[in-house]
Amino acid sequence: METGFDLALTLLLLGVGGWSILARNMMTAVIIFIAYGLLLSLAWVRIFAIDVSLTEAAIGSGATGMLMVIAAHKVGADARRVVHPSRAIHVLAGIVAALVAVGIAALAFVLPGEPQSLAGPVMERLGDSGLGNPVAGVLFVYRAFDTLLEKVVLLLALIGVWSLARDEDWGGIPGFRLFRHHNSVLTLLARSLPPIGFVFAIYMTWAGADVPGGAFQGGTVLAAMWILVMVAGVRKVPRVSSPLLRLAIVAGPVVFLAIGFFGFVMPGEFLAYPQGYAKPLIVVMEIALTLSIGVILGLLIAGPPKGEDAA
Amino acid sequence: MTAALLFWLAGSGLIGLAVYGLIVNPHPLCKLLALNLLGSGVFLLFGVIARRGAAAGLGGDPVPQALVITGIVVAFSATAIAVGLLLRLHGEAGVASIDEEDDAP
Amino acid sequence: MPLEALPVTDSTAGGALLVLAIVMPAVALVALLGLGGRGARTIVAAALLVQLLVAARVALLVAGTQAPLVYVVGGFHPPLGITLRADGISALMMVVSAVILAAAAAFAWKDFAQPRGKPEARLSLIFWSALLAMTSALNLLFTSTDLFNLYVGLELLTFAAIPVVAIKGGAETVRAALRYLLFAVFGSMLYLLGIVLIYGAYGTLATAEIAAHVTPNAATLAAAGFVTVGLLAKTALFPFHLWLPPAHAGAPAAGSAVLSALVVKGSLFLLMRLWFDTFPTLRAPDDMQLLALLGALAVIIGSITALRQQRLKLLVAYSTVAQIGYMFFVFTLVPTDAGDVIAGTAWTGAWLQVVAHAFAKAGMFLAAGLVAEILGHDRIRELGGLSAKAPLVVLAFAISGLSLMGLPPSGGFSAKFMLLVAALAEGHWLWAIVIIAGGVLAGAYVFGVLSRMMAAPAAGVELATVGRGRQLIALGLALVALLMGLLPLSPIAFLTIGRLP
Repeated sequence: METGFDLALTLLLLGVGGWSILARNMMTAVIIFIAYGLLLSLAWVRIFAIDVSLTEAAIGSGATGMLMVIAAHKVGADARRVVHPSRAIHVLAGIVAALVAVGIAALAFVLPGEPQSLAGPVMERLGDSGLGNPVAGVLFVYRAFDTLLEKVVLLLALIGVWSLARDEDWGGIPGFRLFRHHNSVLTLLARSLPPIGFVFAIYMTWAGADVPGGAFQGGTVLAAMWILVMVAGVRKVPRVSSPLLRLAIVAGPVVFLAIGFFGFVMPGEFLAYPQGYAKPLIVVMEIALTLSIGVILGLLIAGPPKGEDAA
Repeated sequence: MTAALLFWLAGSGLIGLAVYGLIVNPHPLCKLLALNLLGSGVFLLFGVIARRGAAAGLGGDPVPQALVITGIVVAFSATAIAVGLLLRLHGEAGVASIDEEDDAP
Repeated sequence: MPLEALPVTDSTAGGALLVLAIVMPAVALVALLGLGGRGARTIVAAALLVQLLVAARVALLVAGTQAPLVYVVGGFHPPLGITLRADGISALMMVVSAVILAAAAAFAWKDFAQPRGKPEARLSLIFWSALLAMTSALNLLFTSTDLFNLYVGLELLTFAAIPVVAIKGGAETVRAALRYLLFAVFGSMLYLLGIVLIYGAYGTLATAEIAAHVTPNAATLAAAGFVTVGLLAKTALFPFHLWLPPAHAGAPAAGSAVLSALVVKGSLFLLMRLWFDTFPTLRAPDDMQLLALLGALAVIIGSITALRQQRLKLLVAYSTVAQIGYMFFVFTLVPTDAGDVIAGTAWTGAWLQVVAHAFAKAGMFLAAGLVAEILGHDRIRELGGLSAKAPLVVLAFAISGLSLMGLPPSGGFSAKFMLLVAALAEGHWLWAIVIIAGGVLAGAYVFGVLSRMMAAPAAGVELATVGRGRQLIALGLALVALLMGLLPLSPIAFLTIGRLP
């Protein structure tokens, strides 16, 4: 029964994934890709990775999908104007792709020896931190250095997107306005949903210490609420140079860095937590990160600042 | 553990599909989509390895799971920059193509 | 069955410097963004100065103790945690990148200034943020011993490089940046696929633990293959080189300099680290010959394409494609049973090539940038009059060229001579011929440009004036490459400190 479900899911993933590659129309391809992401998050549940499943649904399918829909909307008509490769290339590509797929699939049977795992060591010391969610333990205790650098990556992605503004538009408003939409239902939603979303986002982050969830999932909910408010035009969109906006962007990384450096003082190592204070410090850090991640995700989707009259 | 094996095959197949798409689809947005598919296939393989390492009362090894979360965020960041470049290129050249020959006249 | 644990390595004295080298630029980046452009250049200057001091201190400590510096981040030892480690080559590259980044920043100082009394400018924020992120990412790549942490470093480096390429706007540069990004993301996905397989086989991401247990089974060989192809795509080795020239040529001069001198070396460093220190026993001679063959093709095809360029910055960028090729001879010239004098000679030659190319190419790109500023274009046919108007710029270009050609005395000569000696001693005649042919071809394109620069100016051409300070920076970098030629032509012990036996 379960195997039947997994088999169906596998075939569906391959079918839908393949469709998104083969679809002629870009918008179709992108929408299929979003559906694919949702199927994929189901697969993650089936292999006992609930945290990943949530992240895949929120970021891999949701936020990524939104970006691609915006792109497909703008450049969809290009498809007819680019030169497509010849039939021979298609055949060759098919052969290469098949070889790669079969080669990697075959490795499943030759991975040496018994399965390797760090589950034991992770659990052995997880109690020291007071966290209940082992994935959060890896992200914020053992490998907090990776997570810190990943935040720098996010800041840099924002720099990368902003770098594409025209000089005269710099300091202006991110492109939210381009898809601003006046609609009574939307306005109603934008007025009623955000408070609920905000509470939910904080809860997801808070709970992430012990059960699946965390700053990224919470941040995505926050970003979704913010985008809704901006698109509905309920609140004014801040300029990219707004001090308050900048503060929100760097709040998470600043708290993360501060806690990292405090580790030098007590207990004496960068990114180590003082005995007994790990969990409260991590929760504070995650709440600051949720805010920053929410704002950064929203800004990444909104795109570079546009001129005053580019509405 | 059949789920693990099936999803390993799914991951391998997705990587193959992505490679095909990368070669035959000339438009950068299609390439970006294929790269995302490639990434998700690689992540899925990592998830299967996590599942193989189920131990200590957990359904999977939390280390690869945590790494996949970081990986998804990094892949999203790349997508955001790529979409930004794509749209700017479209604005500048009239068509978003990475081959000079396709430039709008 | 879990792998037997290795003896635990603790943090050494001064190990915290390594984490500072990575984190301090990130602190500066956050300050830059948070303060909205106020005091941008002061922050950058302070951060790069700290960088220079930290790098110098690391190098002195490594040289003094003849042992690597180690820092266990958060006190969590591998396999759970991440360890930073600086051996001789890490320390060398940290110093080289700190110096070149500082020089590039000084060169860009005026161009990317924050206009007084005006709101924050785009150019300033973007350029300085990218430069800081690059500093952090390079130090991470030079010191991390965790394969996934290194993946984050690779991505950080790419995301720092892209805004530098695209900063000028315009269809050509944006297209170059997009192509670069797609290649780079493809490369990192392959790298990550390799890491996944390695974790599946060994249950750890720590390089030392992998090195101690590595066996040539199918999964490991596949992993090594994926990681290598991924990194080759990022390093722009032939046949993955097509993205590089337009990207490096399209950036502002200071940006081109760091991209060509340092950024491509980040993934190259990792590739060398992996094959020599992580899975050294997998280095089958035939596979390594393949890498050397790609390197040889890069030298020949890159140089010939450089010769055919019409624009100076593109010529310099194609020369990077060629010069990267030389570095790949190291994979075949340092055999698995390293330790003898010949292998030591090749090892030293390869690192001299990395460093000499970094300085020479940074100098040459800055000179090319000044040329474009003086003339208002960089068409090679119309370079006439430069030698009379800006002799220092021509001199910087010429001295950099000397090192690229491999004429004595220069760092490029020492590097290529040592590689040549090793190639001949080990009977690799073909690679020896390529090393010499590459030098001749480099001579052709460098002298081609120089003779145009010496020509009389075309009538009616107005030449702009550029500041002496920036000319001296270009010249200074070129001179470092030249002075490296004074090093004795023998293996340098510093480069083997902390290497696994």
